Amino acid sequence: MKIGVVKEAWPDECRVAASPKNVQRLIKQGFAVFVESGAGVNASFTDQAYVDAGATISDVKSAWADVDIVIKVRAPMERKDLNLHEADLLKEGATLISFIWPGQEKELVEKLSARKATVLAMDCIPRISRAQKMDALSSMANIAGYRAVLEAANEFGSFFTGQMTAAGKVPPARVMVVGAGVAGLAAIGAARGLGAIVRAFDTRPAVEEQVQSMGAEFLTVEIEEDGTGSGGYAKEMSQAFIDAEHALFEEQASEIDIIVTTALIPGRPAPLLITEQAVKNMKQGSVIVDLAAERGGNTAGAVADKVIESHGVKIVGYTDLPSRMANVSSDLYGNNICHLLDDMGKAADYRVDEEDEVVRGALVLREGEMKWPAPVKKLAEEIKKEEPSSEVVPAIAGDKKSEEKDRGPWVMLLIGAALIAVGWTGSESPEPSFLQQVTVFVLSCFIGYQVVWNVSASLHTPLMSVTNAISGIIIVGGMLQLGGPLDEPATILGLVAVLFATINIAGGFLVTQRMLKMFQG
Amino acid sequence: MIPAGAIAASYLVAAVLFILSLGGLSNQKSARRGNFYGIVGMLLAVGATTLLITGNATGFDSLLEDDATRNAFAGAIGVGALIGGVMAARVGMTSMPELVAILHSFVGLAAVLVGISTYLAPAIPVTEGGEVVHNIEIYLDVFIGAITFTGSILAFLKLRGSVSGKPLTLPGRHFLNLLMVSACVYLSIDFVTAEGHTAVESLLWMTLIACVIGFHMVAAIGGADMPVVVSMLNSYSGWAAAAAGFMLKNDLLIVTGALVGSSGAILSYIMCRAMNRSFVSVILGGFGTDGGGGGPAITREQGEVQTFEVSETVESLKEASDIVIVPGYGMAVAQAQHSLSQVVDFLKEKGKTVRFAIHPVAGRLPGHMNVLLAEANVDYNIVLEMDEINDDLPKADLVLVIGANDIVNPDALEDPASPIAGMPVLEVWKSETVVVMKRSMGTGYAGVQNPLFFKENTRMLFGDAKVVVDQLLTGLRS
Repeated sequence: MKIGVVKEAWPDECRVAASPKNVQRLIKQGFAVFVESGAGVNASFTDQAYVDAGATISDVKSAWADVDIVIKVRAPMERKDLNLHEADLLKEGATLISFIWPGQEKELVEKLSARKATVLAMDCIPRISRAQKMDALSSMANIAGYRAVLEAANEFGSFFTGQMTAAGKVPPARVMVVGAGVAGLAAIGAARGLGAIVRAFDTRPAVEEQVQSMGAEFLTVEIEEDGTGSGGYAKEMSQAFIDAEHALFEEQASEIDIIVTTALIPGRPAPLLITEQAVKNMKQGSVIVDLAAERGGNTAGAVADKVIESHGVKIVGYTDLPSRMANVSSDLYGNNICHLLDDMGKAADYRVDEEDEVVRGALVLREGEMKWPAPVKKLAEEIKKEEPSSEVVPAIAGDKKSEEKDRGPWVMLLIGAALIAVGWTGSESPEPSFLQQVTVFVLSCFIGYQVVWNVSASLHTPLMSVTNAISGIIIVGGMLQLGGPLDEPATILGLVAVLFATINIAGGFLVTQRMLKMFQG
Repeated sequence: MIPAGAIAASYLVAAVLFILSLGGLSNQKSARRGNFYGIVGMLLAVGATTLLITGNATGFDSLLEDDATRNAFAGAIGVGALIGGVMAARVGMTSMPELVAILHSFVGLAAVLVGISTYLAPAIPVTEGGEVVHNIEIYLDVFIGAITFTGSILAFLKLRGSVSGKPLTLPGRHFLNLLMVSACVYLSIDFVTAEGHTAVESLLWMTLIACVIGFHMVAAIGGADMPVVVSMLNSYSGWAAAAAGFMLKNDLLIVTGALVGSSGAILSYIMCRAMNRSFVSVILGGFGTDGGGGGPAITREQGEVQTFEVSETVESLKEASDIVIVPGYGMAVAQAQHSLSQVVDFLKEKGKTVRFAIHPVAGRLPGHMNVLLAEANVDYNIVLEMDEINDDLPKADLVLVIGANDIVNPDALEDPASPIAGMPVLEVWKSETVVVMKRSMGTGYAGVQNPLFFKENTRMLFGDAKVVVDQLLTGLRS
């Protein structure tokens, strides 16, 4: 099977769908790889590097038309240098893997459909645990979040980290990240890494722990409303909540030097979060990086692909942040594609399996036939337990403990039954007093079991010494044996038993007392 | 004279007090009250029994007729209380495991003696037809008691270090155990069916064999499994008391024995789970060497160890704001807890977050570390269990591992072939920096190499824990 890696038509796009490293991997998977000459040059991958990796360098036409699968980054568009639409370059019936955005790009999908193409959209990979390694949106968002902080640092006129120099003291920068998704968390990490104090806001309460784990402070509004939507994304909030958000950001703005906004709700224009008032409240020279600028922006006044100045605050609206780090983003995007092809059976067993929910989710066209959007019923189940899977663990652990605890009584019932059975075999019918003793015994085990599970782990040593002391109750047995004169063996044995049991009682209680006294401290 | 019902009532109250005593241990605040309940319960039980045997209860004949016996009884109580009191007052908190072990052996011994004594001269008349059951009860009581007795003595010696902690793995030891148990079963047939009380010999032979079983069983268990052994023997001592209760038709003994027995069983279970080992495999033994060369040797490219000076550790402590301390048996051996407590106070004064992370099997006894830290006046609110703190470790700036090894071994999670694979451990390597204080590069009780020492963010600080902690304290203060 042949794969074509083509040059991006978008003028400012520096990424390429596969790095030489990815090419090696594709070849290992059994594919023959054809790279359009100059495809990786903006990402610092020379043609020679591709050749060294085992690819064949070819011209535009053959990279598009002589292959079975074309991989690229951006959705196909007009190729200015050829005066041709990329969709028309594609061989009839071939497969295309790239970002497509089928929801917005209806015309493009029709064009591709006319070419009888099979199209897999990287932006439609379902967000389930298994597909994380193919999730290009996440891998690109991660880069965008990181880069956003660097862009902010570039525009910002001071240090990120606080410094105490001979010339004077510089306080650390204060960064606020709005929206703690993949990009937001990456931004938090990058800002923390540079030494800034970071606060973060998100409508989904579940991410609080993740935010804190990155070393940022989690901001909340007074109103309780859960903004968790499907697929790990946020949903749109009520007006009251939005007002509270605005108030929060306006108040925060006066203290904050840098704001990074990453709030997007799938399929909707970006919500306005940083109002004009908030921008005004910021200090002169502050910076806002709006990752949602392409979809209207989270910030009042943000313009896509531009840096503008508003009330003395620079608002960065770049939409090509991953492309600005084309080397690494190409590599990671290529990895996503390699994983997808791995999932589809590599070269040998390559097939577009609609039973595979990842493939089904990404599938837009199958030999020209419309397949998008994928039916949701199957996806919904797994989507629920995506990313914050770590949170589920403690709950399970807790259940396990109580489960273990519940098993005990049955064991005791068995022991009781076994004891009665022993008594039965000993004589024709067990005497009533024996049955009564077994009852007492089993009930006591049960009580002991219930009580001891509640003992705090730090008190396990005192527990041992106190149980040790009360097991000295065996003294009662010794005392009952003292019926005879002192020269009878039974009496002597009883006496010795009393002696040792007393040591036990005195020693056990006293040492417990000593230990517990220390715990009072 | 008091009515017989009062005796029964005292027993009932004593039993309830014992339950409350264990219940009190659910948290530190109520723990002392719990111990008090236990003492009151015991006094009540012994007092009531004394009234009973001295003939002060209606409906019961006086048992203590003989003056010499009476004096001897008073003497035994006095001497026993004195010995026990002195032992408990003198013992250092680091030797707590030994004390607990030797006290278990006393219960075992008492159970054996009471059992044999009862056979010789039953204090409670045996009902017609109840002979066989009674004999079985005696037999079980002595059997469990004897195992507890010798097993605890050996555990005591091992914990003291008088006997090597290395497991004794005789060839065919499982077969040997099986043989001995079969012999006991064989002897029981003779004993149980004997008319009257004539089969003393069988009983004594069985006692001897059971003693050997107890000894051999603990001998086969390695030092690393000591927490399980001690709690298991705790459980046995309870079952021995319960068996004595059946034998003497005494409900108080049954209740107390069952309480102690199930308590020990649960502790054993918790310890086993903490080491990811099944109870059976611990009992069958053969795991856990004395450190050094033994154990499955894993030769693997480990890389370089990076060492740290005391001064560098002091610097790191000064810089860090979130510090977690992981104590292990090494801290107990070196008695470093008092100095450590001062270090912690100093750091807390500087506004740093300092917490302790306690692994369930750190030390040689369940909860051993907690006791030592409490002794050194460390606030128990900053002493956290593994489950409570593991999630926080990635956030910590600095983790100080003091004399611990296996409980912080990443192989337990990462290397399925490791002998400790699957054992939950404190994931200290996820923090920013780990400083491991150890005497040498020796292996822990499990005898396996620890890749933690070779991690990039790990620094080794060699030396005796007490000496090094003292130096840290001086360094911090200067």
